[in-house]
Amino acid sequence: MELMIFAGAALVKIAMVMIVVLLTVAFLTLAERKVLSWMQDRMGPMEVGPYGILQPIADGLKLFFKEDIIPSGANWLLFSLAPILSVVPALIGFAVIPYGPNQEMEIFGVTIKPFVITDINIGILYILAFASIGAYGIILGGWASNNKYSLLGGLRAAAQVISYELNIGLAIIGVIILSGSLSMVKIAEGQAGGFWHWYLFGGLQIVGFVVYVISAVAETNRLPFDLAEAESELVAGWMTEYSGMRFAFFFMAEYANMILVSCIAAVLFLGGYQSPFPHYIIEYLGFPGMKWVEAVVWFTVKVYFFLFLFFWIRATLPRLRYDQLMRFGWKVLLPLALANVLITSIVVYFVRQP
Amino acid sequence: METVAFFYFAAVIVLTAVLVVAFRNPIYSVIALLVMFFHVAGLFVTLHAEFLAAVQIVVYAGAILVLYLFVVMLLNLKQDDSYQRQVGWGIGLGIVGLAEMIYLVLSAQVGNSPAIGTAALQASASPKVAAIVTRGNTEAIGYMLYTKYLFPFEVASLILLVAMIGAILLAKKGVLGMKEP
Repeated sequence: MELMIFAGAALVKIAMVMIVVLLTVAFLTLAERKVLSWMQDRMGPMEVGPYGILQPIADGLKLFFKEDIIPSGANWLLFSLAPILSVVPALIGFAVIPYGPNQEMEIFGVTIKPFVITDINIGILYILAFASIGAYGIILGGWASNNKYSLLGGLRAAAQVISYELNIGLAIIGVIILSGSLSMVKIAEGQAGGFWHWYLFGGLQIVGFVVYVISAVAETNRLPFDLAEAESELVAGWMTEYSGMRFAFFFMAEYANMILVSCIAAVLFLGGYQSPFPHYIIEYLGFPGMKWVEAVVWFTVKVYFFLFLFFWIRATLPRLRYDQLMRFGWKVLLPLALANVLITSIVVYFVRQP
Repeated sequence: METVAFFYFAAVIVLTAVLVVAFRNPIYSVIALLVMFFHVAGLFVTLHAEFLAAVQIVVYAGAILVLYLFVVMLLNLKQDDSYQRQVGWGIGLGIVGLAEMIYLVLSAQVGNSPAIGTAALQASASPKVAAIVTRGNTEAIGYMLYTKYLFPFEVASLILLVAMIGAILLAKKGVLGMKEP
């Protein structure tokens, strides 16, 4: 009986997270078009619904009813497998992210934690492991399409993802040294008590933060690092031959990955659900029992800040050339991240010496 | 439950490992290898070594295998059956290996050799180590690497450094006064 309640609670949590993530993905496509339009002094989508807010639903319906084409020279098995290999790793990472305070709740005598699906002691490594699997969807999709543009896009993506994954891994080591744990919940808990306790400011992880954000943009194949699908050179890169729902899966994977890296950035560097003040505002107002509402709101605000940053960068910067991308990753970001690891560990060693 | 999981992972590992060399299309071999790496990681999870499982996927599946795939696609390999012609040698070596494994397992059961078996391993570990194991396997691995196995760890790092410098020297002609061929 207890096991059943526990499993039921877990299922409810997973369903909630999936619904919120997929809705966010849908409306991020609209938000991106709107933000880009406003930055370019246009209106953006205005036709479907008031101010175009029903545009994602129209787009989804269109993709759903489109004909599903498999090119005659394509490898059927890998062509179908690639979108799944893209979208599953993008969604599976949300299992270890703390969306709110690590408080416990009792339902029918079973203790559950309502704001995190599961707290495993290698949380951040788990996300990195599955993020690295996402590259297979791109490479295999590019290869299986039997199209030169697709193959070129897939190869570019492979090289780019391997290079920038390394930088992401090194950039977060500073935070892991400071928190002494790989668990996302413990990392978020360690930053309580105001914004000067966040690892970005209190831990002086500014270099790590900048390297992480730049590498995260590259890892998700977004402009200015979207060489894998550079539309002026490669049609649509590895997605050229895809249509209908398979294309929608790739699209979903890209936006889910954006949300995931934003969540990681918020938890690791900006304290996750922690308030920037020593206490939650709602506690000053006299409702200490309701502070989880404010915690979730803080987390959402931080994640949306990063998502906005993605759009902002896209509207501002031109695409890099391929050799510039590689040189920047290996000769600028990698030494910076290594230096950050070295300096952080030396400082932590001397500060924490008993 | 754990035995079922072990036999599932072991069976898939053996099957996919055979498929890696049996497939004639190198891309399928890489996919089979990917499935195998995942099941090895699963085996680590059943042994409560989550850190090793995650590192297995990050390093092997996420980096090394992507590089394999990259090379396989760039070289545009023809379907090559030179390995398929060596089936006789493969079977012969397999029989020798299997015989050796059966001999080891049987002698371990009969003679109760202290080197094999988890119970013996736990008995040989000091109470200090046991205390760390309860704290978490990431800390335990770090502690063991930097105390008990510090020298082998440093030797391994040095070998990796030599390999890295060697790769750079081989790839980049013209350093250290070498002439372009």
